[in-house]
Amino acid sequence: MRSLFKAKKRLTNIIVYTFLTLGALTMVIPYVWMIVTSIKPIEEIQAYPPSFYVHNPTLEPYRELFYLLPMGRYIFNSLFVSCLVTLCNVFFCSLAGYAFAKHKFYGRDKLFLLLLSAIMIPYQVNLIPGFIIVKNLGWLNSFKALIIPNMAMAFGVFLCRQYIMSIPNDLLDAAKIDGCGEFAIYRLIIFPLIKPALATLAIFTFLSQWNSFVWPLIVINTSSMRTVPLALSVLSSQFGFGANVAMVMAGATVVTFPVLIVFIGSQKYFIRGITSIGLKGYS
Amino acid sequence: MGVKKKGLLKEVINQRYSYLFISPAIILFFVFVFIPVIASFFLSFTRYNVLNPPAWVGLDNYRQIFLNDPRFWKALRNTGVYVLGVVPLGIWLSLLLAVAIDQKIRFKNFYKTMFFMPVVTSVIAISVIWKWLFAGGKYGLVNYILIKLGLSPIDWVMSPTWTLPAIMIMSIWAGLGYNMILLLTGLQTIPNTFYEAAEVDGAGSWHKFWHVTLPLLRPTLLFVTIMSMINSFQVFEQVYIMTSGTGKGVGGVLDCALSLVAYLYERGFQRFEMGYASAIAYILFGIIFLVTLINLRLIRPRFEY
Repeated sequence: MRSLFKAKKRLTNIIVYTFLTLGALTMVIPYVWMIVTSIKPIEEIQAYPPSFYVHNPTLEPYRELFYLLPMGRYIFNSLFVSCLVTLCNVFFCSLAGYAFAKHKFYGRDKLFLLLLSAIMIPYQVNLIPGFIIVKNLGWLNSFKALIIPNMAMAFGVFLCRQYIMSIPNDLLDAAKIDGCGEFAIYRLIIFPLIKPALATLAIFTFLSQWNSFVWPLIVINTSSMRTVPLALSVLSSQFGFGANVAMVMAGATVVTFPVLIVFIGSQKYFIRGITSIGLKGYS
Repeated sequence: MGVKKKGLLKEVINQRYSYLFISPAIILFFVFVFIPVIASFFLSFTRYNVLNPPAWVGLDNYRQIFLNDPRFWKALRNTGVYVLGVVPLGIWLSLLLAVAIDQKIRFKNFYKTMFFMPVVTSVIAISVIWKWLFAGGKYGLVNYILIKLGLSPIDWVMSPTWTLPAIMIMSIWAGLGYNMILLLTGLQTIPNTFYEAAEVDGAGSWHKFWHVTLPLLRPTLLFVTIMSMINSFQVFEQVYIMTSGTGKGVGGVLDCALSLVAYLYERGFQRFEMGYASAIAYILFGIIFLVTLINLRLIRPRFEY
């Protein structure tokens, strides 16, 4: 009876490991194929059967990517926008989150509910007027269009408020008695205490900005202002899948890798963010 | 009245810090979310090409869309097929994965990381990679595998029949990790006592899964289904990339993969029919709202624990 149980257990284990390993392979193969293709010379890309082994690896596709296109400029655009938007979100969302969590003021709950409703509305609904507003402000094809509308996202305020609510009021009262002003309380007490939530917010904001596509697609028309995903989409539609597929895959590698490294380094915060409020990057 | 007003003013002045702190978030919200949502509603009753001021046309846009626009219906049908394919298949696969990872196994974090990679990867990069995997003829890796399995290769990206399935396969692949993480959290909140009780009653693993895990996972499943449906109704980038370079516009050959948002993009930002596109946006909003309500009804948890 006992050995039967053991055999059954072992069988389950074999099934579970096989299933998970096959799954993990399915996940990883497209990435490997991307990298392998990006370092293949043309003859090997056109060779049949397709092979994961590269006989004469070359960095030529990457060189082309940076020489034929202003790829450096695109990376700068993406990095600049992502970093600035992230900093602004961390500051503005925590500031607003603090006021919504700990202050009593006229219209607080109504404003917060209104803000919350933004999370539930599909972004397509405000895409068109958003474009018209940005156009009338004269911000098309500028960093302003990419940065300012995203500087304080509703979900960030929500995240910070939830976290700040759990800070005991006594702590804030004590600071007030000691003569702390409102901003000093924010800077000296709230900010240091909510660092884990802010780390989650920062990682999410950075990733969603780095990967953002629809908004840049709409507000950017000039080549020099493109972000990396935008450049990749143009690259893939212009070059198609002729000899230059290696270059397209090199571009995909450039978009993917910084983000994978950030993710693997900060998985803890990332998964916490998802499981606490089901966050997903916004477009 | 006067006293009340004065009181309110005084209150507002007293609370100036609160207003100062929320002002950046609130101002941005009003300018880029609240006003646009309202404006979009009014725009949907106008004809507007950005250059001339909007002209009021009443319900014309909606009438045109519902009664006289086969491409809208094509887009709605494609989006429906996409949602009905991606959501159930994706969730079942994710559930299997979550249950497998929830066993007492080694390398848990390794597996989690693997499945999670596409969630943090740019949709554009994913689409570009899969377009290459799905490349027609003999160069595509997927076709090579099909040939090896004794099947005939498929012209995925250029054939009207296979473009949408190709996009669906890719989306299921990309969404597995996100759903899995949520379901895994749900699984871990089920108290062990339920399983122990079932074991005492002589339940096998299969029995436990159907009669303990699934019913208790209902709230998480509901959440995952709603999120997955909302996201799937908004499918755009995948369609945009997969069909680009085919020379046939955003929807691909014969609009075979045209989704609602792809159609909205085409009318709004390629043909600059902002009023018409706003009407499509509001219809999409309505559909998502309805579907979410229906979901809440259908899979509402029947009991609490």
